[in-house]
Amino acid sequence: MAVIFQKPKALKDTSMHYCPGCTHGIAHRLVAEALDELGIEGRTVGIASVGCSYNSYDYFNCDMIQAPHGRAPAVATGVKRSKPDCVVFTYQGDGDLAAIGTAEIVHAAARGENITVIFINNTIYGMTSGQMAPTTLLNQYTTTTPYGRIADLHGFPINVCEMLATLQGPAYIERASLHDVKNIKKAKEAVKKAFKVQLAGKGFSMVELLSTCPTNWGMSPVDALKRVRDEMIPHYPLGVFKGENLEV
Amino acid sequence: MGQKLLMKGNEAIAEAAVRAGCLHYFGYPITPQTEIAHYMARKLPKVGGVFLQAESEVAAINMVYGAGSTGTRVMTSSSSPGISLKQEGLSYLAGSQVPAVVVNIVRGGPGLGGIQPAQSDYFQACKGGGHGDYRQIVLAPSSVQELYELTVEAFNLADRYRIVAMILGDGILGQMMEVVEFRDEEPIEHYEKPWATTGHGGAREQNVITSIHLSPAVLEKMNQNLQAKYEIIKQKECRYELYNHEEAELFIVAYGTVARIAKSVIEMAKREGINVGLIRPVTLWPFPQEAFEKVIDRAKAFLTVEMSSGQMLEDVLLAVNGRRKVYFHGRMGGMVPVRDDIMNIVRDIYKRHVKKAE
Repeated sequence: MAVIFQKPKALKDTSMHYCPGCTHGIAHRLVAEALDELGIEGRTVGIASVGCSYNSYDYFNCDMIQAPHGRAPAVATGVKRSKPDCVVFTYQGDGDLAAIGTAEIVHAAARGENITVIFINNTIYGMTSGQMAPTTLLNQYTTTTPYGRIADLHGFPINVCEMLATLQGPAYIERASLHDVKNIKKAKEAVKKAFKVQLAGKGFSMVELLSTCPTNWGMSPVDALKRVRDEMIPHYPLGVFKGENLEV
Repeated sequence: MGQKLLMKGNEAIAEAAVRAGCLHYFGYPITPQTEIAHYMARKLPKVGGVFLQAESEVAAINMVYGAGSTGTRVMTSSSSPGISLKQEGLSYLAGSQVPAVVVNIVRGGPGLGGIQPAQSDYFQACKGGGHGDYRQIVLAPSSVQELYELTVEAFNLADRYRIVAMILGDGILGQMMEVVEFRDEEPIEHYEKPWATTGHGGAREQNVITSIHLSPAVLEKMNQNLQAKYEIIKQKECRYELYNHEEAELFIVAYGTVARIAKSVIEMAKREGINVGLIRPVTLWPFPQEAFEKVIDRAKAFLTVEMSSGQMLEDVLLAVNGRRKVYFHGRMGGMVPVRDDIMNIVRDIYKRHVKKAE
């Protein structure tokens, strides 16, 4: 009997703690498939961040370092600058990357660090149970915006891809979505391309993955996927923001 | 006979690190230690190393954490306000047991403070600073020669114990120029680092560098391992100098720049027939309690002198443990203790404790 689909080798054969309907599982699989298909798991050092995926080293098989909240791009810089032959990626949520870690991501991008950043944007803080994120949409309910995100009080959400694309440093920035099969396939290509950009030594690569948090959105998994499609994509358009013509 | 160079303290630290095999430096400018970064920026590219000016002291300590995790000898340096920024990183380094060398050229505080020398970061360095039950080895050089020798030693200690070794200097030591005699060969110790995250190459299990353990039982065990390590370091790695201690009954306790001033006081006191000894801790953590045990029987009183409100003073009190009186003289804000002021206090202590007994 031919094997036509299997768990990627770069993922441990274990059950994950993520909520039902959480797209972390899909995102992890896309990263692991890229490591498998490019044959680079043995050279890879992943940087886990602080959020629901703090223990992603329990799921990925490559060497991993657990970084302080927001600091993963700086930790990744230390790894890559000391061991340039390693493939280095960070895996960060929207609080980690766009709140506390804003300085670290901007400067790693500005320096053009030859690392790959996987940015999980679900417009909310998952692990700490549902607070506002820098990417929370206006009027969105969170536990720290119980009357909805109000521009006068809480400001406006941040479009990270667009912001980083104003810098000269980054080589490749793409936003993709995990809300349906067609988009997951595109996301897979984006993640793989990001790693190929690193392997080619072209510089900083980042893929923002629009993701769900059914638990803290108070939605069913299916409705959560619809929210990504209907509410998040209009604000966070999909596409390539840097490196459209990059050949790898 | 090794090479002799007239060097600024900050530069001696940088040169020492390179000689110790540290080819990776991440830092951020801050007075009075920026010369370390300048030196590394010029030197490291010439020897195949990596110098990177980080966007902040926070980023720099995290770059150190990353490079240290790959088993690479790595250093960062800063001064007091920047060291405050690094405390999160220092706690993570301790919890993850990643070796690194961190240099603090202390300036007056608190807050933005001043750029003149101080010793007001003793608590921060020795008693925590970062969160959690951890320690780091703290070395207190007293000359540019010691800045060189202790920086080389710091890398060995960091690797030997998988711990942060901090060089606690001050603005005078960092800026002053003295002759340094370099050894032809540095005593570099090599340690296997099977725990390092370098890519498993398909040849071993995954390595994980982490400090999070949500199970309290597991976290307690991790803490017990750290404490056991610290006990070994306390037994084996205390360093101190006893100066003019053989017959003295009064002792000054001082470190770093203040210890040099203390030696001038001791010479001045000799000329007046007052015999004063010096206990100069060289490791501030582990604090060299044994130095006090060596002199406590004969000692009548101790005078702690610091460029602070009295921080090492508390460890002196603990070491003396109520057995003798402990006096204190301190200057703050970048002011440096004056020899003649200390001498007046010594005369007074002498009258109270030694002369009346004669």
